[in-house]
Amino acid sequence: MIVARGVHKHYGSIHAVDGVDLDVQEGELFGLIGHNGAGKSTMFKMMLGLIPVTAGDIHIDGAPVGSAGGDFRAVRRKIGYLPESVVLYDNLTGLETLHFFSKLKGVSPKDNATLLERVGLAHAAKRRVREYSKGMRQRLGFAQALLGTPRILFLDEPTSGLDPEAIRGFYAILRQLKSEGVTMIITSHILAEIQERVDRLTIMAAGKVQATGTVQGLREQMDLPLWFSVRVAAEDFEAVRAALGHLPVAAIEARDDHVAVQCKRDTKMAVIAALATLGDKVRDLNVREPSLEDVFFGFSD
Amino acid sequence: MEFSQIAAIASKEFWDRIRNRWVLAVALVFTAFALSIAYFGAAQQGTVGFRSIEVTIASLVSLVIYLIPLIALMLGFDAIVGEREHGSLDLLLSMPITRGELLLGKYLGLAGALAFSTVAGFGLVGLVLSAQLDLNALFHYFGFMLSSVLLGCAFLSLAVMLSVFASDRTRASGLAIAMWFFFVLIFDLLLLAVLVVTAGQWGGEALPYLLLLNPADVFRILNIFSLEDVRTLYGLSTVFPPALAKPWLLGLVMLGWIIAPLAIAGWRFRLSASRA
Repeated sequence: MIVARGVHKHYGSIHAVDGVDLDVQEGELFGLIGHNGAGKSTMFKMMLGLIPVTAGDIHIDGAPVGSAGGDFRAVRRKIGYLPESVVLYDNLTGLETLHFFSKLKGVSPKDNATLLERVGLAHAAKRRVREYSKGMRQRLGFAQALLGTPRILFLDEPTSGLDPEAIRGFYAILRQLKSEGVTMIITSHILAEIQERVDRLTIMAAGKVQATGTVQGLREQMDLPLWFSVRVAAEDFEAVRAALGHLPVAAIEARDDHVAVQCKRDTKMAVIAALATLGDKVRDLNVREPSLEDVFFGFSD
Repeated sequence: MEFSQIAAIASKEFWDRIRNRWVLAVALVFTAFALSIAYFGAAQQGTVGFRSIEVTIASLVSLVIYLIPLIALMLGFDAIVGEREHGSLDLLLSMPITRGELLLGKYLGLAGALAFSTVAGFGLVGLVLSAQLDLNALFHYFGFMLSSVLLGCAFLSLAVMLSVFASDRTRASGLAIAMWFFFVLIFDLLLLAVLVVTAGQWGGEALPYLLLLNPADVFRILNIFSLEDVRTLYGLSTVFPPALAKPWLLGLVMLGWIIAPLAIAGWRFRLSASRA
């Protein structure tokens, strides 16, 4: 659905984007993560045709981006875009904002009220955007992106300014859109938030793609250690140590009321089997997989 | 070009100016000035009350030539750069709209607001005066209103051009003020200086044509030349070649002043899409 090949963006000597390849499949919820200045927003703007590429090419739904040919409007109508910290017009009401953008998109305004309801703004439809909170503006921006039932959604930091409940509501809408086959590409700083939700993701740093895959795939690729937290009585600490002694574990540390065990992924099942031999002595067991954050820092450092 | 996209942008710009009472304020300013000039313009000579349409128009012209360029420049200087600085330009450009359409829509909406307030403001005065005007005078007054609208459109076009070239709003406002000073105050002085310094040896013949390089001067000539009384009053008929003193020709020059800056703006705005 979205294909980028060897995309470069240079501002003088600064290489904001430096040879990026991307493949986003149809119906996929795809994450693009990276530090500030990693090149995510620049990449977004190039995919939307807002700024030209220095080199390389980008195709959306088979049509090259940036050409002003006959496909240009047809492709744009399939796209919804929520810019990072979206700026709308203070003097318009929520409903008027949607009317304005629906005219620009060339879609009928008759569903606009329903759309506001969908993002939880029905009560504020007739209020001016000036009076909206940051979260409400973000939701109105999202409603704007949904105008004309787009096939592809570009969401740049979509949940910034939203409270936890609104974030949950937002992802519920994304799940629904996904079930309708909408392709979505999303950036976020809040890695914990997107790690359970995206199908695949790309980690960018310094304008380059560092890794692409599923969260699980990247974890395996990085081969980051995972942590066991084995809760046992203090007198059984040594028993744990003995049970795991023959395994290639990286660390066994006695903490207040548990033993912390660090090991590689391929030792995970052997550790569990060894702990099972301790029977009732193990009162509780927690496994902490490396988070997306661990993976992210692993790749971007 | 897709008309519906242009209309969507234009109508937003227009209604924004109606809603924030910009149109009302400007129309009131025009009405107030025109009325006081029509009735009290001759107060220095010890008389009050309406005298003649010629004198009224001549006085209005000297007022409008300062006021309209200023209002038009202030109206349009941030059309694009303001949108960029506000942060809403990217979203607009992500819509199925070309840069040319966006620019034209902005221009048409703002020009509509300016034209509406000009016609409303001066039209109201025309209505008040209509009892005292014959058909010929009404025709001249109408010509004055039309040329005022054209003058506004020309300076608005220049302003929109600035708004595309300027990197930020502050710079755009500075450039707009500089442009006002240049066309309204400095340009004529420069021509005069050339004439004086070269003792009329250089530029004398070309002077009338050089005046066409300034939309404000085109406006002045357009109005003053349509009025017999004033023409002799100003002694302008001696310097101005009859070949140029044709309202339709001057009107065309004015149209050129509307189209050219807008075309340059469109070229630059599209260029920034391929070269940013």
